[in-house]
Amino acid sequence: MAKSNIAIELINVDKHFGAVHANDKVNLSVESGSIHGIVGENGAGKSTLMSILYGFYQADSGQIKVFNKDFRATSSKQSIEAGIGMVHQHFMLVDNFTVLENVVLGSEGGALISESLSNARIELTRLAKEYGLEVELDIAVEELSVGMQQRVEILKGLYKGAKVLILDEPTGVLTPQESDELFRIFEALKNQGVTIILITHKLREIMSITDHVSVMRAGKMVAHRETSKTNPEELAELMIGRKVLLNIEKSKANIGKPVLVIKNLEIANEQGLKRVSNVSFEARSGEILGIAGVTGNGQGTLLKALAGILPISQGSIEIMGQTISSNNPLNPQQLRNLGVAHVPEDRQRMGMISEFTASETALLGYHNDKKINQGIWLKRSSVKANCESIMHAFDVRPNNPNLMSSNFSGGNQQKLILAREFERDPEVLIIGQPTRGVDIGAIEFIRKRIIEMRDAGKAIILISVELEEIMSLSDRIIVMCDGEITGTVNGADADEATLGMMMANALQSEDELKGAQL
Amino acid sequence: MSDFFLNTVLTLDASVRVCVPLIFASMAGLFAERSGVVDIGLEGKLLMSAFIAASAAAVFGSPWIGLLAGIFASAVLAMIHGFASITYKGNQIVSGVAINILASGLTMILSLAWFKKAGITPTLKNDQRFLSIDLPGLDLMDHIPILGVIYRELISGHNVLVYVAFAIVPMVWWVVYRTRFGLRLRAVGENPKAVDTAGLSVEALRYKALLIGGMLCGIGGVYIATAYNAQFVKEMTAGSGFIALAALIFGKWHPYKVLAACFLFAFLDAISIRLQGTTIPVIGEIPVQLIEATPYILTIILLAGFIGKAVPPKASAQPYIKEL
Amino acid sequence: MTRERRLSWINGLLLPFLNVLTAFLATAVVFLLIGVDPIKATKILIYGALGYDEGLGYTLYYATNFVFTGLAVAVAFHAGLFNIGGEGQAYVGGLGTALVALYINPALSAWIVIPLAISGGLLFGALWAIIPAYLQAYRGSHIVITTIMFNFLASALMVYILVNVLREVGEMSPESGDFIKASWLPFVHDIFASFGYKIAKSPLNLSILVALFFSGLVWFFLWHTRWGFAIRAVGKSNDAAIYGGINPKKIIVITMCISGALAGLVGINELMGVQHRLFLNFNYGYGFGGIAVALMGRNHPIGILIAAFLFGILYQGGAELDFELQNVSRDIVVVMQGLVILFCGGLEYLYRPVLMRFLAPIEGTE
Repeated sequence: MAKSNIAIELINVDKHFGAVHANDKVNLSVESGSIHGIVGENGAGKSTLMSILYGFYQADSGQIKVFNKDFRATSSKQSIEAGIGMVHQHFMLVDNFTVLENVVLGSEGGALISESLSNARIELTRLAKEYGLEVELDIAVEELSVGMQQRVEILKGLYKGAKVLILDEPTGVLTPQESDELFRIFEALKNQGVTIILITHKLREIMSITDHVSVMRAGKMVAHRETSKTNPEELAELMIGRKVLLNIEKSKANIGKPVLVIKNLEIANEQGLKRVSNVSFEARSGEILGIAGVTGNGQGTLLKALAGILPISQGSIEIMGQTISSNNPLNPQQLRNLGVAHVPEDRQRMGMISEFTASETALLGYHNDKKINQGIWLKRSSVKANCESIMHAFDVRPNNPNLMSSNFSGGNQQKLILAREFERDPEVLIIGQPTRGVDIGAIEFIRKRIIEMRDAGKAIILISVELEEIMSLSDRIIVMCDGEITGTVNGADADEATLGMMMANALQSEDELKGAQL
Repeated sequence: MSDFFLNTVLTLDASVRVCVPLIFASMAGLFAERSGVVDIGLEGKLLMSAFIAASAAAVFGSPWIGLLAGIFASAVLAMIHGFASITYKGNQIVSGVAINILASGLTMILSLAWFKKAGITPTLKNDQRFLSIDLPGLDLMDHIPILGVIYRELISGHNVLVYVAFAIVPMVWWVVYRTRFGLRLRAVGENPKAVDTAGLSVEALRYKALLIGGMLCGIGGVYIATAYNAQFVKEMTAGSGFIALAALIFGKWHPYKVLAACFLFAFLDAISIRLQGTTIPVIGEIPVQLIEATPYILTIILLAGFIGKAVPPKASAQPYIKEL
Repeated sequence: MTRERRLSWINGLLLPFLNVLTAFLATAVVFLLIGVDPIKATKILIYGALGYDEGLGYTLYYATNFVFTGLAVAVAFHAGLFNIGGEGQAYVGGLGTALVALYINPALSAWIVIPLAISGGLLFGALWAIIPAYLQAYRGSHIVITTIMFNFLASALMVYILVNVLREVGEMSPESGDFIKASWLPFVHDIFASFGYKIAKSPLNLSILVALFFSGLVWFFLWHTRWGFAIRAVGKSNDAAIYGGINPKKIIVITMCISGALAGLVGINELMGVQHRLFLNFNYGYGFGGIAVALMGRNHPIGILIAAFLFGILYQGGAELDFELQNVSRDIVVVMQGLVILFCGGLEYLYRPVLMRFLAPIEGTE
């Protein structure tokens, strides 16, 4: 590659966070006007690397060149000035500001904002037209859909003059169709000479739109490839360091009676907004029922209601013989007593307590258990023994009950939580995002155990935003969009395109939209 | 001229004068909270500024020097709070409480050391205080019925700091909603990460907000000791800093609504003083302690009744920790 | 030593020690500002607190109050709540104690009266905390502001009661009549005397044993019962607590009641142990002192006992300073409280980066 064509060059960039070596002498060359992908599993160091480029963090050592000029950023200010823009995984938007105000923040161009806003309006309208990023400027950002919010983030970068746009896992919050739309925008940007760096762990995306791809593993940059000259298997192997089983083996399901029957469920979230409406389905023993959908379409609310954390406005849940309704709510404790286990979506905020030891995290939800309490005395020796045993069962490392929960890796934290819930031998398992933020070795382990529970005759409800996970584990799949069920398919018959359409509620016929009962 | 009308005007007049420190303190709290920093230390800043202003005015013979000194003292306390909350990411409420207790103790110690009397500064002579100002046109207005009384009793005759207080509110509104600084201020209180990734310094914005707040609170303290009263007396703020906080919440962090809330508290306080000594059927004379307790009871009732709908800035009370 | 062990030494011992030291150094600066030699002041202070029998007795007597209020604040902190209402809860708790000690059948034995009076203190202290607690849990009213308001209300209420209700007919000063004899907690010097040992007279009384007892009770409750677990879970993570089947709202109310009850025990010392009647402002300063003690003691009963003892030294030493030096009053202790709260609370992490860099660096580990 001719020197003058390189937009971004990273030379031996190194970064530590305490004991974690997040970036280990990383080298990277990004060609100007190309779409360059960076892959790696969670924790590989991709986001950290790009955050250094964007000035959010500072590298400990190493050199960075932007358009052949030496670059050093102590804050995002220098990066923006150098023409670098970034769309983060979690949007950096002020919810109650309008789109216009969000874009202009930091680049107001004057002490009084009324003039800045009118200038920005003109410029934004032009940009939006040019790249197909139309969005209403005077609406509060919190009222926009996630896809629209992402557009605002892209517009922000372009408005501030970005010549290099970094996007961190942009499709995690989009339906397959919305992702395609996004890729079209990438093409438009590329045609205008904008360089795009795409961070993702989705190999299919890399293959379909990038020109080059760089692979990171455990903080190191391990390979560079031209996308046309590689394939997903090679990339996966580079990401992990060994051959990877991309699909899981499972035997035919032995499906029994329904243990969970949901009728006409309507649920409002903590803010009082209706998030689930008219949902009905059944879960049967020995079956994994997957609930697919883009984040934020009611699955999380449904999960919380099934776990007794959110009350139901209308309808009923029949579970293990008991009926939950708005008049007869059950709380998490009662549900546990009935044999229902819940692995929450948000592991760090809900499933564990970071500042408690592993012993105490292993106690969460079961602290009233008769086996470890003698009268008023909570026997710490029993607590510790309990933790040791479940850690052993799920190979949680390090096997130290006294270690603070936050000191375990993501995968081990998740295994600890699963161990806690699974080892109770529940009848119904409600699981949310079981492998989010978990390294591949632990992912395989966790998925195997879920299938084991299913083979042991438990009813399992699985919620995941990873379509590939839903498809590989579920015996039956229902899809939610806007709080309603928009489709039901058998696991064996599922394909991404159809599921994607259901996730966007874009199916033609009335019958399919009603979400057929099974 | 009916008695009731005159009494109402006089009560309103008293309310205006009681309202002033609440306005300054609540505007100070507004800047802090809007930037995402909780400021429980308003009481301590008012107290310290009152003491320093009264001392400086007595020693140097000028209320204006007292004003500058009081503002400075309050600003220093605000910067300590900022240092603990912003740079060292400590618990903001604890640091606010520390400021209050420090102010309580220091004012007593310093008054003993400087003036040989614990908890009291020398009484200020007229030329060391902010005195009431007669607005122009008084004689002319006297001839107009109703409006004339209102002009003479309610509008004219306040000291300069009272007028400043009421003028400050629209200025605060303008700064928060019409300037670049105000936009950034509001942003940093809702989503500091958005501000950081836009290339701005979260810490600098918060420090600026606290500094402005410190200065405003300082003026409030100066008012209490050199305008409303003629000296500093131990614990003379009597909880106004906390009542200002309640007004801030009640007014949902909007300058004009907060002003209305401050006035409401002041008005109820003024009414309760007038009720002192009057009898109610069945109960008899209202105990003086109940009268004294009214503003506190009211604060509790208002916090209990309305808080459900008041949504503070999203990033309030959380130190900004840089992580993705 | 592994890095983990080193970190817990730093966080558990070294950091708090440095914080307290800084608070004292800052106080020394204040002394200099008012023209007092800090070394001389420290000598007077230490002598006054520990140098003679009577002083030591006073020190321990003051410390007893700080144990109660320190435990109160600490228990609330474990649930994530900041209870600044200790002043009011201690005040009103004393009313509860006084009501039992004034009006109960005087013929009953001390073995019945004393526990009942203690219960009165616990109950009334809890009652003064329950409204702010309920308002925080169910209405979202900020507990810091409501408890401060309740402090002011307590003052007003107690003045009214002492002037109009409990004051003895014909007496001028606002205080109650004497408590019944059966409620009097014996002085320590009297107990020693009954065994034949002569020690200096001081207000130190049996309530110090009550303080030690409750310290142990709080320790057991927080770390060895399921309710303590629930409280600590709510304090660390509201969401995780809900997930775990715990009701945070109930926990907030229960914890604050426990906290208020503990603060209400100040009356056991001041009223039942020393003055044997109810009077104005017997609680003064102990509520806020409890905040400093809890922060210094890192919310653990052992730390609280140490910190309470330290504050007892400061209080008694402060009285000696007030006596010996012209331009220092007892308010210097208030200044110290403020500085302790600032350095052990707000500026808690002041020294952490430096300590981490030099004592627990990343390179020399694993």
